[in-house]
Amino acid sequence: MGLDISERVRSVPPSGIRKFFELAEERDDVISLGVGEPDFSAPWAARDAAIDSLERGRTSYTSNRGLLELRRAISGHVDDRYDLDYDADEEILVTTGVSEAVDATLRALVDPGDTVAVVEPAYISYVPGVVFAGGEPLRVPTREADEFKLTYEALERAGAADADLLMLCYPNNPTGAVMTGEELGPVAEFCREHDVGVLSDEIYAELQYENDHTSIATLPGMRERTVVFNGFSKAYAMTGLRLGYAMAPPEVTTAINRVHQYGMLSAPTTAQYAALEALRSCDDEVGTMVDEYDRRRRFVLSRFDEMGVDCFRARGAFYVFPEVPTDESAEAFAEGLLREEGVAMVPGDAFGDGGEGHLRVSYATGLDDLREAMRRFEAYISD
Amino acid sequence: MTARDDLLDLLVEDARHTTADLARMTDLSEDEVEAALADLEAEGVVAGYQAIVDWEKTDREVVRATVELNVTLDRETGYGDIAERIARFPQVKTLRLVSGDYDFLMEVEGSSMHDVSIFISEKVAPVPEVTQTVTHYVMTTYKDRGVALNDDDDDDRLSVSP
Repeated sequence: MGLDISERVRSVPPSGIRKFFELAEERDDVISLGVGEPDFSAPWAARDAAIDSLERGRTSYTSNRGLLELRRAISGHVDDRYDLDYDADEEILVTTGVSEAVDATLRALVDPGDTVAVVEPAYISYVPGVVFAGGEPLRVPTREADEFKLTYEALERAGAADADLLMLCYPNNPTGAVMTGEELGPVAEFCREHDVGVLSDEIYAELQYENDHTSIATLPGMRERTVVFNGFSKAYAMTGLRLGYAMAPPEVTTAINRVHQYGMLSAPTTAQYAALEALRSCDDEVGTMVDEYDRRRRFVLSRFDEMGVDCFRARGAFYVFPEVPTDESAEAFAEGLLREEGVAMVPGDAFGDGGEGHLRVSYATGLDDLREAMRRFEAYISD
Repeated sequence: MTARDDLLDLLVEDARHTTADLARMTDLSEDEVEAALADLEAEGVVAGYQAIVDWEKTDREVVRATVELNVTLDRETGYGDIAERIARFPQVKTLRLVSGDYDFLMEVEGSSMHDVSIFISEKVAPVPEVTQTVTHYVMTTYKDRGVALNDDDDDDRLSVSP
C-alpha cells in the first residue's frame, strides 16, 4: 500500500480519555469535571487587542521567534514573577501553545535511542512526543504518599540516572501537586550529578494557592541544562488562541527554532497581539480568576473530606486527585459515575503510572455545577 | 487577603451562598462564618442583600431613570442635608455625590414614565436647593452591578479534554 502508517505512530495508542469524551457526549445532562481548560473567557482587553490587530490588517507572519515586542514583554514578565532571566532576542521562542514547544524541543534535542524520563502521572502528550521524536520514554512514577511530588529516590528507583532528559510539570496536571524550591533541590542535584537535561512545563505556574512558583531553572547550575515552557492558555484563559513559549540558553533556543521555523513558521499573529495585551494589562483579571479557582478548590476538598473520600491537598493547577472510594478500578468507577449520575471525571490511569486508583477532578467549572456534581458523587457512593 | 475580605468577595458574587458553602470556600468553620457575617452587618459594612432582576424579562413595567441634579449650598445647608432630604423618597434607589458638571447623580424607579416625571417635577425639582434636573430614561440595561444581562454563557468547551 502507498500510505503505510509509521511504526512510531502505530506504537502510540489513542488517548485514554477519548472513551470518556464519547460517553459524555452521548447525553446532555452531564456535568463534566473532566475539562482540562479554564471555564473563563480570555480577559476582554486581550480579546479586544486581537480584534484591533485584525482591524489593522495585521494578518501576516511574524518573525519565526515571535514578535520582538511580545518576547520583550515575556522576558520582563518571567523576571518579575519567577526571577527568570531570559534574553528576548536569543533565549525566547514564541510557539503555538506549549504543546508545540514541547514537541519541537523533543525533536531538537532527542537522537534515536535517547532516553527521556517522564514524571507521571503526566499530561498525556509527553510520552507520545518522546516516541514521535525517536526517543525512548522512561516512566518515573510519583506517589500519593509524597503528594505526587518528584523525589530523588523516585528518580533513582526508576533508573533515571541513565536518562538524557527529564520531563516534568509542576504545578501538575492531573494531580494538582506543586513543588517548592526546597523540594526541587534534590531533583536538581540528581540532574547535575547524572548530567540530565530538564524540560520543565510550567504552564500552570500562576495557578498556585499556597505558594509562589519556583522554576527549577532558578536553582544553582540548572539554567544551562533546562528548557522552561510556559504560555497563556491557563493563567489567561486563552487555550484556543494557542500561544506558548520556550525559554532556554541561546544555542538550544536556536535549535528549537530550527524545528519551529520549518514546522510552524510562526505562532498565530492574532494570538500574539492578544498575548502582548494580556501581559500588559490583565494582571487583575488573572488575580480574580486565581481567587475564584482557590475558592472552588477549597470547596471541592471540603466536600470530599465530608464524604470521607481520601484526597491529598492539591495546591496548584485546577485539579484535585482523590482516591477511588470503592474497590473498583478508576475506569470502572468513572464509567459508573458517568452512566448513573451524569458526572464526568477522568480516571487517573489515563495519565500514566501512579495515576491508577485515582480520579482527576477539574474545578474549572462554576460553583453551581461543582455543588451539584459533588451531591451526585455523594449519592453514587452511598448507594 | 483576610477571611473578611474573602467573605465580602463571595457575598458580592452571590449573596445566597449558604453558610456551609462559605465555610467550605474559606476554610473557616460555619460558626466563624456566622460570627464574621454578624460583625459585618452590625458594622454596616454589609448594608443589605438584593437580587439583580432583569425586569425586561418579566410582565411588570419598571421604568428607571438616571437624573442629574444641580444644587446650591448655603451656610446652613450642605450636600449631606440635601441628600438626606431627597434620599428619603422610596422612588430614589441610588443617590451619589459626583464630580463634574452636576452635583448629584440619582437613580429613580417608577411604574411608568408618567409616574417618574411626576415624581421629579413635584417632589425633587421643588426642593429649594435644587436648581436644575436633567432626566435620562433608561431604555435598555445591558449590565447591572457587574452582571451582564442577556449574556449567552453556554459552555462550548469539549466535555472532556486533557
